[in-house]
Amino acid sequence: MANILIGHLKDFTNQRARVVHSGGIEWAVFLLSDGSFRAIENSCPHKAGKLSEGIVCDHHVYCPLHDWKIDLNDGQVQAPDHGCVNALEVFHDEATGKVYLRNDGQLKRTS
Amino acid sequence: MKQKLVMIGNGMAGVAFVEQLLKLNPNKYDITIIGAEPHPNYNRIMLSSVLAGDAELKDIVLNDWDWYHDNQIMLHTGHTVTGIDTVYKKVDTDQGLQIEYDELVLATGSLPFMLPLPGADKEGVIAFRDIRDCNTMIETSKKYKKAVVIGGGLLGLEAARGLLNLNMEVSVVHIFQHLMERQLDPTGSKMLQEQLEGQGMKFLLEKQSDSILGKKRVAGLKFKDGTEVEADLVVMAVGIKPNVQLARVSGIEVNRGIVVNDFMQTSVPGIYSLGECAEHRGIVYGLVAPLYEQGAILAKKLAGSETAGYAGSVLSTKLKVSGVQVFSAGRFTDEPGTKALRVQDDLSGIYKKVVFQEGKVVGAVLFGDTSDSSKLFSLIRSGESFSGREREVLFGAEGSGGSGGSSTTDLVEAMNGNEIVCGCNGVTKDTIVEAITEKGCVSLGEIKACTKASGSCGGCKPLVEEVLALTLGADNVQKVQEGICGCTLLSRDEVVEAITSMKLTTSKEVMHVLEWKNPEGCSKCRPALNYYLGMLFPEDHEDELESRFVNERNHANIQKDGTFSVVPRIYGGVTTPEELQRIADVAKKYDVPLVKITGGQRIDLLGVKKDDLPNVWKDLDMPSGYAYGKALRTVKTCVGNTFCRFGTQDAIGMGIAMEKKFERLNTPAKVKLAVSGCPRNCAEATIKDLGVVAIDGGWEIYVGGNGGTRVRAADLLTKVKTEDEVLEWTGAYLQYYRETANFNERTAEWLQRIGLPRIKDALSLQSEREALVGRIEKTLDLMKDPWQQILENEDLRKAFDSLTAASPDASAGGADNRAQGALVEKPPTD
Ligand code: SRM
Ligand SMILES: Cc1cc2nc3c(=O)[nH]c(=O)nc-3n(C[C@H](O)[C@H](O)[C@H](O)COP(=O)(O)OP(=O)(O)OC[C@H]3O[C@@H](n4cnc5c(N)ncnc54)[C@H](O)[C@@H]3O)c2cc1C
Ligand code: SF4
Ligand code: FES
Repeated sequence: MANILIGHLKDFTNQRARVVHSGGIEWAVFLLSDGSFRAIENSCPHKAGKLSEGIVCDHHVYCPLHDWKIDLNDGQVQAPDHGCVNALEVFHDEATGKVYLRNDGQLKRTS
Repeated sequence: MKQKLVMIGNGMAGVAFVEQLLKLNPNKYDITIIGAEPHPNYNRIMLSSVLAGDAELKDIVLNDWDWYHDNQIMLHTGHTVTGIDTVYKKVDTDQGLQIEYDELVLATGSLPFMLPLPGADKEGVIAFRDIRDCNTMIETSKKYKKAVVIGGGLLGLEAARGLLNLNMEVSVVHIFQHLMERQLDPTGSKMLQEQLEGQGMKFLLEKQSDSILGKKRVAGLKFKDGTEVEADLVVMAVGIKPNVQLARVSGIEVNRGIVVNDFMQTSVPGIYSLGECAEHRGIVYGLVAPLYEQGAILAKKLAGSETAGYAGSVLSTKLKVSGVQVFSAGRFTDEPGTKALRVQDDLSGIYKKVVFQEGKVVGAVLFGDTSDSSKLFSLIRSGESFSGREREVLFGAEGSGGSGGSSTTDLVEAMNGNEIVCGCNGVTKDTIVEAITEKGCVSLGEIKACTKASGSCGGCKPLVEEVLALTLGADNVQKVQEGICGCTLLSRDEVVEAITSMKLTTSKEVMHVLEWKNPEGCSKCRPALNYYLGMLFPEDHEDELESRFVNERNHANIQKDGTFSVVPRIYGGVTTPEELQRIADVAKKYDVPLVKITGGQRIDLLGVKKDDLPNVWKDLDMPSGYAYGKALRTVKTCVGNTFCRFGTQDAIGMGIAMEKKFERLNTPAKVKLAVSGCPRNCAEATIKDLGVVAIDGGWEIYVGGNGGTRVRAADLLTKVKTEDEVLEWTGAYLQYYRETANFNERTAEWLQRIGLPRIKDALSLQSEREALVGRIEKTLDLMKDPWQQILENEDLRKAFDSLTAASPDASAGGADNRAQGALVEKPPTD
């Protein structure tokens, strides 16, 4: 189990994302309005749009290039489009405010 | 064995009849339909919408191929019936098919009437009747510019409007002094003409066509008075004639149309006719509502049901031209023995005329406001007497304060079940009630999907809504309106009204109070709400960066590879060697892959990495050019009298003053301005959202132009004398646009939607202009250069950097320092 420290709660803005490179992949790490975090690969399955730049609504992000809608919980592209991106678990330590990517070798997405 | 029913003509009247027949008695006949056009049955009246670009072919198909198949109808398209053998009961087609019948229906419609002018056979002379004509016009508009429509009736004006949308210059030739003289009285007709002129249509009235000029292709039209007009396309829309040739040669009685009795029977037993080709009691109809009534009668007749027969129809018409509301019905001209009630409001462009005979409404004309149309039409048909209280029809009963004598509710309640509510699609009250009670429709949209009612011209919407309310009880009706996005059913105006009246201050609050379906909205409504809030409360609303589109949040334009472009302001296109030097240094220092002169007279640095943006801005030390925003983009200028030998005014100075005044302004969609120094118009001012053209001693101001997806030449708003007046009108116009347009609606669309007269009206008084300018200045005063703001604010600035992943950390969770290889592995994508 490896938790990778990527920053602090104060580095994040509500309904926005930050970019972090880890394991050779560029991740987009989102802070949702309920205070929880999500991380998905920062590359849209359509034409590699930077998902970190999308508009966030509840647990979804809209790709800034052609408006695909992606579920941040599992990386699934929503109908009418198809596809999925890698998702990783990300959490923050209540006591220290530090934010970590969880890497247990398992990507969250299953299908 | 089933009887063989053959129908010639696969058009609106015929197929509507077959639909009715299948409902009444689905198993009685083996049905064969033969149609000359290569399409399934489509909604001919929507051709105008196809031409105007509001619908595509697939949107107007009424019965698709599957429908014929599912109903076991044998369909032969592309076949023209050339002969009917009424003795041996069979028909022949031009493709060599021979088909026997027991009952035969002629629904051959009509043919456009082509004026027999010398030269009428030239290329580019067409009618407006079918899909092919529509395609010809669309294709022609790509290559040619000038269109002439002969005929100032319904069809001609709809064709002309469509051609305007296709960016052609359109002149309408009409033989009479008044447009649509068969549907409108002279007052209504004049108002119509003015409105259409405002949309850019030109009129050549009281002109008699003489001949068509040109070699192989049409080049112009010559009139009897010797004058000529240039034309690359001539559309003849002078009338239709019933298509009766086949009936005539087959020995069926023909007058103007194929003569039928009240049961749609022709002179030959076993042969029926309906639609535009049929003549009933001396009348040939040219609109769809009567055709549906005929279809319903014939269906009953052939299904073996009881019917009292057809007794003729009262007609009503609506002009389907966007931005123009015209309705007329019944006998609307003043005749001996009739009295008319008139309301004429030139300020709002409204005209209403109701004609009474012995207290009963016999005809009506509405212009500008057609909301009373369904009510008046029902009154004409019901024959209710208003003797002594005629005024109530338009003004409501004394003391009731309402707008209508007997209300729509009463009318709909009094309607017979078999009365037609939707004339265009022949939908009766019963059919709608059935859709509600048996198919569970609870909204206008569902009824439309289920029965087609209100799907074509939309004139019957109030009636359908009323049937719905009466059947379900008003509380159970679901108003499915077109909301601003999938999250709400509220329109732009309703949302703005709610924000204003309830003083809502954040999008979150708006979505919560107005019960958005998705609690945090979507990518469509969030930016829109943020805009409306900022427009309404410039001082109090805090801009919501998380609701801004990527470009506006980063104040740079995202590229396909995730890098950005940077366009600094170059006011009026005028720069200096120092500025150019600085831009060059920045481009070198940050390895900018592409430096380009834009179409907007400035310089674009493309391919800048996001992390570099703040430093690029800092080193440039120039204000943002907002090349990314729903905001003022550029003010393009020409040389003007500063150097140019033709220049009449200081175009550069004017342009720079405008750009400095209105830069940073948030607008519903991007706004581009231009100033030309003389009518040669080198700055292309007449395709801008607002363009200024200098003339000797003053300036012309043009509005609503667009040079983008759909090119549109701007309309002249006004002429003024001084530079200050230019700034005043521009400010007032831009603010009026900000306050009334839909989010994401360019001025060209906005102007066409609300109409130039309304804009002129809103800006006509100096006091109104000053009030608008006051509001725009309040907003402008609050705006700061965004690049500078980001540079000065650490929180804003850090959003441009990416985070750094530290090595795996033991302090939270497990301590296993496994290699990160697993992360890299992508599962197979599906
Ligand atoms: C840079 C430029 C092309 C150039 O190299 O010359 C350009 C580039 C883009 N244009 Fe444009 N347009 C540019 C002048 C124009 C012009 C000509 C003009 O302004 O004089 C037009 C037609 C005039 C008009 O708008 O009426 C024009 C009509 C469009 C349209 C169609 C707009 C419409 O209403 O139909 C779009 C699409 C849109 O806005 O949705 C568009 C969209 C775009 C976008 C923003 C596409 C995007 O969303 O990424 C391009 C951004 C490239 C970038 O990252 O910089 N661009 N674009 C021009 C910038 C001018 C400037 O200095 O700001
Ligand atoms: C642009 C436009 C706008 C209109 N707008 C309105 C409106 O707003 N409101 C309104 O009420 N009406 C409107 N109309 C009129 C309306 O479309 C017609 O009244 C209606 O379509 C007539 O129906 P129909 O079935 O009689 O004829 P059609 O729909 O013309 O059908 C006749 C069909 O028979 C075929 N046919 C003819 N002869 C033969 C043959 N020998 N063999 C095989 N097939 C044959 C023809 O090809 C044609 O497809 C409009 C018409 C046009 C062209
Ligand atoms: S618009 Fe007129 S004044 Fe301006 S550059 Fe062109 S020709 Fe010269
Ligand atoms: S790249 Fe994401 S929608 Fe096209």
